[in-house]
Amino acid sequence: MQKKLIVSPGPHLHNHAVSTQRIMLDVVIALLPTAAAAVWFFGGSALMLMIVAVISAIAAEYVYQKLTHQPVTVSDMSSVVTGLLLAFNLPANAPWWLAAVGSFLAIILIKQLFGGIGQNFMNPALAARAILMLSWTGLMAANVLPHAGQWVAPLAADAVSVATPLTHGAEGFTLWQLFSGDVPGMIGETSKLALLLGGVYLLIRKVIDWRIPVSFLGTVAIAYFIQTGTLYSVESGAHNVLYQLLSGGLIIGAFFMATDYVTSPITGIGKLIMGVGCGLFLFVIREFSSYPEGCSFAILFLNVLTPLIDRFTTKKPFGFEKPTAPAKEAKA
Amino acid sequence: MKQKKSIGTVFKNGIFAENPTFRLVLGMCPTLAVSTAVFQGLGMGLATTFVLVFSNFVIALLRNIIPDKVRIPAFIVVIATFVTIVDLMLKAFIPSLSESLGIFIPLIVVNCIIFARAESFASKNSVLLSITDGLGMGLGFTLGISLLSACRELLGNGTLLGIQVMPESFQPMAIALRPPGGFIMLGILLIIINAAGKAIAKRKVMKAKEAEL
Repeated sequence: MQKKLIVSPGPHLHNHAVSTQRIMLDVVIALLPTAAAAVWFFGGSALMLMIVAVISAIAAEYVYQKLTHQPVTVSDMSSVVTGLLLAFNLPANAPWWLAAVGSFLAIILIKQLFGGIGQNFMNPALAARAILMLSWTGLMAANVLPHAGQWVAPLAADAVSVATPLTHGAEGFTLWQLFSGDVPGMIGETSKLALLLGGVYLLIRKVIDWRIPVSFLGTVAIAYFIQTGTLYSVESGAHNVLYQLLSGGLIIGAFFMATDYVTSPITGIGKLIMGVGCGLFLFVIREFSSYPEGCSFAILFLNVLTPLIDRFTTKKPFGFEKPTAPAKEAKA
Repeated sequence: MKQKKSIGTVFKNGIFAENPTFRLVLGMCPTLAVSTAVFQGLGMGLATTFVLVFSNFVIALLRNIIPDKVRIPAFIVVIATFVTIVDLMLKAFIPSLSESLGIFIPLIVVNCIIFARAESFASKNSVLLSITDGLGMGLGFTLGISLLSACRELLGNGTLLGIQVMPESFQPMAIALRPPGGFIMLGILLIIINAAGKAIAKRKVMKAKEAEL
């Protein structure tokens, strides 16, 4: 009974080298340096969180699709990416069930209930992070000091939760610490070096477009330059452009979260609007709200605006004229 | 129009087939706002039931007297009377509930379940049927809001009616008590109840087919 597909004229090219699976594999490859950095700085607990998150993301997708009699799409690896990104958004001493609950929320609540891959209205990993953040604020804010090269955290460092580079009054980190990732924070967002490596790989492979990361980071840089007037100086603490660019979840957000195909605009101008919007909201939330970190909320907000942006930036087809009054058309 | 409605079907209609929370999706404002604890949800549901029964009763009595053009203001006067009674009664006898429900008690005046039943049922049916309908709808609403608040209290606080239910090691999920948690939980309950309703309807069809064979 199904209606036949209406085929439009025009060349139809299909590149078999580009599939969801291949793109997701590229993203996983791009995330590997960050995973390695997370294990290097936060040891076994980071590895445990990543494994739990990925396995429960895959399990959630498989179980849901089996239960609802849908074709199982676990092999497209998108749930691996979601699980990994979610684990990157957890602090090192988060309990294992937090990763599992987060993955279930991301896959079932945000992705599958809205129709599965390609249908989610928000980035699943980020939305799950926001839910975890609002639900278990204490556990999610329990950042520990990194312990580079050690498998298990030293006893003293393990028990205390410490301030992240963005917490007010704790601005004593050097640029190299921020860049390499030797700072307290979520396991996957601290090492900017590893994230940038992955980001560049994705740009070279053309998995992601340059517009969103560049406009996102650029907007944040300009906003902070206008506010603080300094590019970088040690005395200014956190009040300079470079410090802000290198702290928090900005880099992982700009390269891996905001560029999600499903939840970002398709047109070039739309992508620029998305990046600028994310940057502005991140600046506003970081500076004027009680939340220390605005990256996830900024991206989630622009995720929701994406259909609107798409609607206003879609290109007019060549030779297209606005349909005039129906009476005239009938005559023609 | 069907004229023969038995009291039983009218009563059941409000609880199952046209449950105001899960089927008609009416009265969402109080449902989402006060369903953070079972005690509050139950209180809200019963207060609404009281108003619903009595407003249906009075409107059914007056249904041939109220002119069609001013029926909405007339309904509001009737409903507001009973809401005021509930408001003052709660303040006098259960001040703690009155305090926690706050503005949402006076807001029962504009609860769309009550309006819907007044407009679509009480103004067209006999007094006895209208009272039954009010009772059924009210209990259906109480059931819905209590179920929602039970889920939210259990997840968000680990308690039911203030009694610790979950084990000590349970870490409450704070978002369940916040507004987004209310929307998410309501959505999940709607999914479950609609799926269950569909499954039951399917089984009925299968049974009917079997009986035919």
